[in-house]
Amino acid sequence: MQMLEEYRTKSYRNDLRPPVDANLVKDKTAIVGIGQTAYSRNAERDELDLACEAIKKAVDDAGLTMADIDGLEALTLDRVSMPTLIGSLGIENLRFTSEVSFGGGGACALVMHAAAAVATGAANYVVVYRALNEASGHRYGRGDGYAEYLTAAPTLHYGYYFPYGFLTPLSWAAMYTKRWMHEYGIKLEDTGWYSVVLREYAQNNPDAIFYGKPLTIEGFHESPMISAPLRLYDCCVDTDGAAAVIVTTADRAKDMPHAPVYIAAAAQSSPIETEIQTSYNRPIVAGLPETWYVGQELYRQSGLGPADIDVAQLYDPFSYGAMIQLEELGFCGPGECVDFCLGGDRIRVDGDLPLNTSGGLLSEAYIHGVNLVTEAVRQLRGTAYNQVADAETAIVTAGPGLPTSGLILRK
Amino acid sequence: MTTPGEPEAPTVPHPALWAVLYRSSTPFWEAVARHELSLQRCSGCKTWLMPPRPMCPRCQSAESEWVPVSGRGKIHSWVTYPESPHPAFEAPYSVILVELDEGVRLVSNPSGIAPEELEMDMPVEVVFEDVSDDFALYKFKRAG
Ligand SMILES: [Zn+2]
Repeated sequence: MQMLEEYRTKSYRNDLRPPVDANLVKDKTAIVGIGQTAYSRNAERDELDLACEAIKKAVDDAGLTMADIDGLEALTLDRVSMPTLIGSLGIENLRFTSEVSFGGGGACALVMHAAAAVATGAANYVVVYRALNEASGHRYGRGDGYAEYLTAAPTLHYGYYFPYGFLTPLSWAAMYTKRWMHEYGIKLEDTGWYSVVLREYAQNNPDAIFYGKPLTIEGFHESPMISAPLRLYDCCVDTDGAAAVIVTTADRAKDMPHAPVYIAAAAQSSPIETEIQTSYNRPIVAGLPETWYVGQELYRQSGLGPADIDVAQLYDPFSYGAMIQLEELGFCGPGECVDFCLGGDRIRVDGDLPLNTSGGLLSEAYIHGVNLVTEAVRQLRGTAYNQVADAETAIVTAGPGLPTSGLILRK
Repeated sequence: MTTPGEPEAPTVPHPALWAVLYRSSTPFWEAVARHELSLQRCSGCKTWLMPPRPMCPRCQSAESEWVPVSGRGKIHSWVTYPESPHPAFEAPYSVILVELDEGVRLVSNPSGIAPEELEMDMPVEVVFEDVSDDFALYKFKRAG
């Protein structure tokens, strides 16, 4: 078998996957609480402080007390010490903890793992959270964290990249984006609408970093080229803040303050030869196979297809990272995503596919994708600032170009 | 000289010092230091293993061989840094992704090609630049 044959031939092998009727997460688990801090450029607070506030708000939102919480789910790279957090929150007897790898690629896997814990009876109510001082503190995106990549479990291929000054996540993304544009004949002047529409969404979202700061298409094209073809306003917004959600079983969710948001599907994917944003030895540099696999698995589990999705929250570390996902998830054909976003109408709130309706990671905040989960929950509760009429299904994805994850949520 | 009580300026290691993060990388860089480009290949199914690693991901064989390659290929993509993210690199500089004739893609720097001269699928060939007595980098110049 060739590497990534399913992806190359776009033929997902359902027969290789576990039977859907044995899935304990699908429709049997739900998100019942959400919370967040203010999102800012400089919180002047520790990440521990931010995490406590977001988690307490999520617990309150779910109508629970801290005594009900018995599970905690974090990213491996979260800088809050878990024992310190447990002590600060006052969780009497935590029974389940787990950590998910892959940074932003793990955002939806956090929810998936929490759901697996409650579905199997390991815990009753699991908190998922992310807290970071990305703006004022450690700045992954700026590349000054490269030495840190080498500490715990350095990725093998960095030894072949760092000696050449290939040091920043944005440049790693620009490398494959440039090839993608070349292969599909994408014109730079047609780009920018994704960023403009997300900034429009942020104008109605007082929690967004870019609230009160609109962006025109001309303003986009005048913004500085950071790493060609990526401009400043193609990039996500470094943020200080935290967000949290509470996951429990569908049975418990029925008697809680908010209408449950059910998990209709949850998936992770780490295809062979997938590196952390530098997967240059896969057959196709200009593609996101991990997102394709996650999409196929989400559709298989949920029984839904792209046409059934009412609203999408796609992880956008930079504009193309979200747009190429539109292709891999079947919302448009290969090489068509820039056309799909041209003029912006298709991705606006009343369009074919309202996309990143809080402003996304580009214009609301960069809470490592956990803020995309909270926005999907608001959409399905009917409480979003940019509410999609009658939204019943939402797709959420995690970081593209690295081992990733995704969710389909429903009312 | 620093006076007592005055902190010394922090030293920033050159990223080349991070080339060998795993023992499986040692033969590769030793060959480069001799100005040879050799890649690891699975002895069983002949899959190229780049970066070098202890086991073949296709057939799980632990047997491999080091095979000299042509050093010729094409520029598959590139990026240019208008500002340097690290004091060891002087901006503007470019990083290229080269697809070797053997099909393996390598990250490198262009040698003697200005950022504005880079083109998709430009034919290139390997050159070597010594960094120290026992360490060199492979780079790529326009194919002759
Ligand atoms: Zn093999």
